Amino acid sequence: MDALIENLPRILRGFLLTLQLFGAAGLIAFALGAVLAGMRVAPVPVLRAVGTTYVNIFRNTPLVVLFIVFVAGLPFLGVQISFFARAVVTLSLYTAAFMCEAIRSGINSVQQGQAEAARSIGFTFGQTLRSVILPQAIRTAIPPLASIFIALVKNSAIAEAFGVIEATQTFHFLYNRHPSALWPLFVGTALGYVIIVFVLAGIASRLEKRLAVIR
Amino acid sequence: MRFGKRWFGAFAVGAALALTMTACGGGGGGDVEVKDNASFPAGTTMAKWNEAGKIKIGVKFDQPGIGFKKPGTDTPQGFDIEIAKLIAGELGIEPDGIEWVETVSANREPFIQKGTVDLVLASYTINDERRTIVGQAGPYYVTGQQFLIAKDATWFKTNEDIKGKKVCSVTGSTSLDSVEEKYGAKPVPFGSYSECVTQLKSGSVDAVTTDGAILLGYAAEDPDELKVAGEEFTEEPYGIGYKHGDTKLCEFLNKTVKASIDDGKWATAFKDTLGKADVPEPTPPTADPCQ
Amino acid sequence: MSTTLFDVRGPRARVRHGVYGVLTSIGTAALVAYIAYRLYASEQITGDAWEPFQDPEIVFGVVEGFGLTLLAAVLAIALSIAFGVIFAAGRLSDSALLRIPSIVVVEFFRAVPLVLMILAIFLGFGDTTGRYGALIIALMLYNGSVLAETFRAGINAVPRGQSEAAYAIGMRKTQVMLSILTPQAVRIMLPAIISQCVVALKDTALGFIIASPEAVSVGKQIYSNYGNPIVTGLVLAVVFIAINYTLSKIAQILEGRQRRKGRAVLATAPTTAAGGAV
Repeated sequence: MDALIENLPRILRGFLLTLQLFGAAGLIAFALGAVLAGMRVAPVPVLRAVGTTYVNIFRNTPLVVLFIVFVAGLPFLGVQISFFARAVVTLSLYTAAFMCEAIRSGINSVQQGQAEAARSIGFTFGQTLRSVILPQAIRTAIPPLASIFIALVKNSAIAEAFGVIEATQTFHFLYNRHPSALWPLFVGTALGYVIIVFVLAGIASRLEKRLAVIR
Repeated sequence: MRFGKRWFGAFAVGAALALTMTACGGGGGGDVEVKDNASFPAGTTMAKWNEAGKIKIGVKFDQPGIGFKKPGTDTPQGFDIEIAKLIAGELGIEPDGIEWVETVSANREPFIQKGTVDLVLASYTINDERRTIVGQAGPYYVTGQQFLIAKDATWFKTNEDIKGKKVCSVTGSTSLDSVEEKYGAKPVPFGSYSECVTQLKSGSVDAVTTDGAILLGYAAEDPDELKVAGEEFTEEPYGIGYKHGDTKLCEFLNKTVKASIDDGKWATAFKDTLGKADVPEPTPPTADPCQ
Repeated sequence: MSTTLFDVRGPRARVRHGVYGVLTSIGTAALVAYIAYRLYASEQITGDAWEPFQDPEIVFGVVEGFGLTLLAAVLAIALSIAFGVIFAAGRLSDSALLRIPSIVVVEFFRAVPLVLMILAIFLGFGDTTGRYGALIIALMLYNGSVLAETFRAGINAVPRGQSEAAYAIGMRKTQVMLSILTPQAVRIMLPAIISQCVVALKDTALGFIIASPEAVSVGKQIYSNYGNPIVTGLVLAVVFIAINYTLSKIAQILEGRQRRKGRAVLATAPTTAAGGAV
């Protein structure tokens, strides 16, 4: 217990980095996921193929394997960025595949009449998607998107094995210093994640209620 | 779960033999002298092992040059392995009679206490705290914390140059703490030393730090690219782990190590393994008295 | 497919889309070629990097690793289903004494990162469980908790009339559960369970963190030995993608069949807050 209280600042610093990983990767993954979803419903077959291939590759590869490829591999491509940045890249590319699928299913759930109406007043595909379909799609996609954001928080823990001193790495580090305090340290760290997850779930359910589309 | 592992293990043996005959030997394991006439006072642990013709030795499987098992092979290789074979030879046990058990830093004490292994030779640093729960004969090798850097690195002259540099070591290791506190290096934690070495080779970190012996193992694998540098700033004597309180066994182990130093087998074991890193042969240590 | 997002293409649109298509193809090809060139120049995809995969011993090590990965996934799923059934029953129980602890357990294990669970179990009980055991137990706790929610949702997805009718003819709650709801729920849940298998299989890769014997740990040994993380990663990825893609397709086919038969279907990606097939 003492080990936990004594090292609270260190643990909180770890969680700050976890949240930074989450924030950065969450934003990039969402943007990339939206673009990919757009590609997957586009009228150009090549775009659809590229989008589908991307999703199938990144969704079916274990995240650890992606970490190996990007954390150990990027320097060989001449990209010397920090371990934090590499973790963000890896988490973003992986999460984007799931975001894409969530948004795409949201797009599919928007009533056909909406797109038809947009087209009949002369909107192009891009305009239809941007101004009519996506805003509605995102709303229905909130629950699956929320669970993807939550998964991202939990997945960020994998960065602990790849040079990033985030919350789980801090736990791992502190355990080695205080082996007898394993369970207090575990409970403290686990609670940190539980709090983040429940806050995110709460935000999601409020957003869902506020943005609910009347059908 | 154990069942699963053993099943695959058995399968692996058969298939490895069928596919290739290079499974053993490679990596400088010289012929080991096995004493035919080894005899020990009745009732001692040595007599028991000698009679059984078998021994279970806990070693590292993931430390090149010290204790390393190539994926798909059955026999580990390295300095610890050579010393273990010497000891087994003194006991009259053939190398085939040794069961190599993988130990990691966290499970060495419980493995000895529970009898999962008979002896541990796994870059096992002697310290007083450990000696209260397990026996540690030796040391058979003394090393100290150093740095592994790129062969052509010019920035490193003394240990102080490590200030502000990215230094990789294993999560939670004391080495990582000490370079941060002592020299103001930026610690980078990874799961294993070999991952650290990969990061070093790609230029993502500036140095890897831990026991010099472990670093020598990596330098020995890649002497054109890597070198061990700097003064040893800690002292890590490696000991042979055994069940606490077995003084006769401890004396036997110390005697065996001493004999191997005197007749040059220790030096050969070093030259065939860690010595490939192109370093002068270290002075062999003197064993602590048995408790 | 939301084909209704765009009209049937006229001649001009077809030309325009053709141009877009060509541009995308060129762009993608250029990107792939650039990456390949950089990897080639840094000797990451040249002959040497493939060397370990020509060594029969190492190839066997990889195959053995994937065997252990699959075995871990199968064991983990079997245990998860048992865990899930118990805790789903607990959550559906009328007694608060059973319900509340079940809720706490399920919510906790769904919210805690699997990596942290694997580490804690290995560090705490590693002597007894070994690395492989620690991995499987952690997978069981996480996937079991996700499945508990899936099962609960599956039971709840059986049309109300079914249980009402059963109660009306005088069946007790246990009878209703076992002989009316569960058999129907299993069909509904099957695709979701298979999707969870994909998740479990991918998650066995986390054994890497504690060097549990499985494919990615073998891969780690290879790449840190030969300095070829990209080639090793590619080999691992290709095998995982092949297995997971097949499993996902099976889940989709099952889902389609259920829909055609007009039965209710649980979405393959459970959308409940903390779970999610990610």
